Amino acid sequence: MKTLTHLDRLEAESIHILREVAASMQNPVMMYSIGKDSSVLLHLARKAFYPGPIPFPLLHVDTTWKFREMIAFRDALKDDPQTDLLVHINQEGVEQGIGPFTHGSSLHTDVMKTQGLKQALDKYKFDAAIGGARRDEEKSRAKERIFSFRSAQHRWDPKNQRPELWSLYNTRIKPGESVRVFPISNWTELDIWQYIYQENIDIVPLYFAAERPVVERDGILVLVDDDRLPLEPGEEPMMKQVRFRTLGCYPLTGAVESSASTITEIIEEMLRTTTSEREGRAIDKDAPASMEMKKQEGYF
Amino acid sequence: MDGYAAPQFADIETYLDSQLKKSLLRFITCGSVDDGKSTLIGRLLYESKMIFDDQLASLKNESKKFGTQGEEIDFALLVDGLAAEREQGITIDVAYRFFSTDRRKFIVADTPGHEQYTRNMATGASTADLAIVMIDARKGVLTQTRRHSFIVSLLGIRHVVLCINKMDLVDYDQATYDRILAEYRDFAADFGFESIQAIPVSALAGDNVVSNSDRTPWYDGPPLMEYLDTVEIASDDAGKAFRMPVQWVNRPNLDFRGFAGQIVSGSVKAGDAVRALPSGKSSKVSRVVAMGGDLDEGVEGQSVTLTLEDEIDVSRGDVLCADKQPAEVSDQFQATMLWMSDSAMLPGRSYVIKMGARECQMQVTEEKYRIDVNTRAHEAGKTLKLNEIGVVNIALDREVAFDPYEDNRRMGGFIVIDRMTNETVGLGLINFALRRASNIHRQAMDVSKELRASMKGQKPVILWFTGLSGAGKSTVANIVEKRLAAMGKHTYTLDGDNVRHGLNNDLGFTDADRVENIRRVGEVSKLMVDAGLIVLVSFISPFRAERRIVRQMVEEGEFWEVFVDASLEAAESRDVKGLYKKARAGEIKNFTGIDSPYEPPQAPEIHLETDRLDPEAAADLVIERLDAAGLLGG
Ligand SMILES: Nc1nc2c(ncn2[C@@H]2O[C@H](COP(=O)(O)OP(=O)(O)O)[C@@H](O)[C@H]2O)c(=O)[nH]1
Ligand SMILES: [Mg+2]
Repeated sequence: MKTLTHLDRLEAESIHILREVAASMQNPVMMYSIGKDSSVLLHLARKAFYPGPIPFPLLHVDTTWKFREMIAFRDALKDDPQTDLLVHINQEGVEQGIGPFTHGSSLHTDVMKTQGLKQALDKYKFDAAIGGARRDEEKSRAKERIFSFRSAQHRWDPKNQRPELWSLYNTRIKPGESVRVFPISNWTELDIWQYIYQENIDIVPLYFAAERPVVERDGILVLVDDDRLPLEPGEEPMMKQVRFRTLGCYPLTGAVESSASTITEIIEEMLRTTTSEREGRAIDKDAPASMEMKKQEGYF
Repeated sequence: MDGYAAPQFADIETYLDSQLKKSLLRFITCGSVDDGKSTLIGRLLYESKMIFDDQLASLKNESKKFGTQGEEIDFALLVDGLAAEREQGITIDVAYRFFSTDRRKFIVADTPGHEQYTRNMATGASTADLAIVMIDARKGVLTQTRRHSFIVSLLGIRHVVLCINKMDLVDYDQATYDRILAEYRDFAADFGFESIQAIPVSALAGDNVVSNSDRTPWYDGPPLMEYLDTVEIASDDAGKAFRMPVQWVNRPNLDFRGFAGQIVSGSVKAGDAVRALPSGKSSKVSRVVAMGGDLDEGVEGQSVTLTLEDEIDVSRGDVLCADKQPAEVSDQFQATMLWMSDSAMLPGRSYVIKMGARECQMQVTEEKYRIDVNTRAHEAGKTLKLNEIGVVNIALDREVAFDPYEDNRRMGGFIVIDRMTNETVGLGLINFALRRASNIHRQAMDVSKELRASMKGQKPVILWFTGLSGAGKSTVANIVEKRLAAMGKHTYTLDGDNVRHGLNNDLGFTDADRVENIRRVGEVSKLMVDAGLIVLVSFISPFRAERRIVRQMVEEGEFWEVFVDASLEAAESRDVKGLYKKARAGEIKNFTGIDSPYEPPQAPEIHLETDRLDPEAAADLVIERLDAAGLLGG
């Protein structure tokens, strides 16, 4: 008889979770951030409901500062009959001209991402938002439940989480309350890459190394993705062989120098690397507990 | 020094293919607070190269700020991820961490040691295959060690690694180690563990974590990491009978109807005969559908979609089983429960239960006993408070398919949810189904007299107050009812007035009408007894025969004759309603005691001599007797 590998078991667990959400929540949505974790999540959702369509829409909260290649990759999904893609932009933020350069990274992320997300959840009255966060990403994530309860104000109370026994998820909520659901909680970054390799999953080309124009700031290589990047005096974009380990708003996401241009090369590089994936993200560095605070406030 | 995560590979493809064959092991660390659980996990992560440079740099920083090890790295901070945990230096909730070797991927749940966070410990334990029980070598086996080991065993974990930690603080003394191990083996003897592997370690210094330590030459077992990497956790779920709770009915179009779920035991192929429970309808599997192409076989652990040959009715919550070895079906169980809420479990209260993909209503009908977690002694109890464990009988509002937890964790485990707050308030493990009355028609089993009564915490009874007009029947009954209500009991009073004005307003005072009057009151009382109520009836009911009619309508012990005994003189002298006067004047015919006899009970259950007892004292006596007879639920 077939024995299951660790990836088989992770896949089965994730599919089970996705089906629980679809079956027991009124109006679920899947957060689609365009990154590799979203690609894996989407693939799992297709598998979970095959041959039927995915029974919930995908939602991208667009901060308007995503890499252009991400947007192109996202928009290709619009032609897919199995998926229903929604895009939400915080228009108030746009009207106030909020951006990472003018307002700083935290305010930008808070307004365009966290507030934008809450707006969208309220607007569509979603009672469950499925996300691709993993427990290995960050230490407060390691503490979070798979079905993570949120108050009507979208707040997370880390000290008072519902016990989560076996694979029996308590999906009951009151009107206005919601859950965030993390089907790939137990996957590591390496698992994700191995699965992408095994299943041949399509990802944004930015993950692969290529010659790209970058500038170096505070030790971080920033891609000159469009002409909104204000160049400081004397700053000259240079062409470098770079790739991204994680994708977000381009001004906030650092590139790494790399020659890995295939999945296997990426995995090989990863196995030798000595820094964590989130290091390229500016957002985590402010204070030690910043992710936990953001999550309490409603950040995914 | 180790051969773990830093991979040595000639070519990535070969390496990757070997990586894809890894198995998965889930384990927890548990034990008393400060025994070093979080430190050990931090150490395992560090040793298996799961900690990146930037994480190590910030760990060093934080160790200085919050750490318990002076300038040294405090590995616990790698795991204690919540701000409150880092500030207090304790673990509040489970942390899930991951590491892998060349053979296995590990998911570790680091669980809190404090008793108040037991539910979080249980959360971690419920999905684990193995438990590392930590013991501080200086302190030995503590209350929490016992408590956690008990919960570990209860939840069906069969493999324990006993890490006797902080060996550095006891000079790596073998005698200390031996003593603790002997003590642990002794108290865990009947826990049903298949293996207990003891290892002397220092989580802080790293002894016997990845390699054998020179400081414990007397220890000839494997270091922890090697043990975890090689221990055989024979999950026999794959070899058991096929079970798949249906999560989702997949109906994209009229031509396809698939049943999606995760196989919790056994395996399934096209052509296999399966049975849907609780309906009991059988069919054959026609396909095991998957996105890349149909599977030859679906096995334990896999999430699959099955199509059947026949159009049988299957919906979410049903369980597909091997036709020849189906699960059991029942709506009443004996179960072991761990309570996880600040508001105590109340028998009779309606909760939501979730097992498999099924949610329905449940009640605890009876608490058999509570288990003292330290001594494992059985204690009598009525409720379960936070972190208490008890054995209870439960009744559901419908039949469900199940296997005893002992035989199948995912078919016999359930959670309990509070209907008002939606909190998860308890967990339970089914021991066996209760079929006390298998010959009774289902309708009768559904919600029985016993269930209704036990929900009310009482036994139903008719208190039939008989006696002359003015003897004090209504007065005493009224006080008794107030006392009962104050005790939270469920009652109803029927007396001549409220019955004569409605139900019996077509009846007069002829002999035939009197009998019919009593018959109706008897039938109504009987229905109320069936509803689980304590029924107080105040009726003169002068004839023995008519009282006997009612006695015979209900079961033995459910009819109590309460003789409210007052002399005619006393009753007549009170004459509250002026009835005696009218009767003496001939204005009322057939008035009991005047021109119609009263036949006093010969053996009343309670005899109240109202010439001696005032109404309060009489009511006291009634309550006392009810209580002594166990009708008030103890
Ligand atoms: N000397 C010594 N101290 C240890 C050892 N393991 C843990 N500790 C210390 O014991 C304290 C409690 O450790 P922690 O991992 O938080 O315990 P937990 O409550 O079981 O998670 C911390 O100060 C640790 O540094 C050990 O092997 N030797
Ligand atoms: Mg701890």
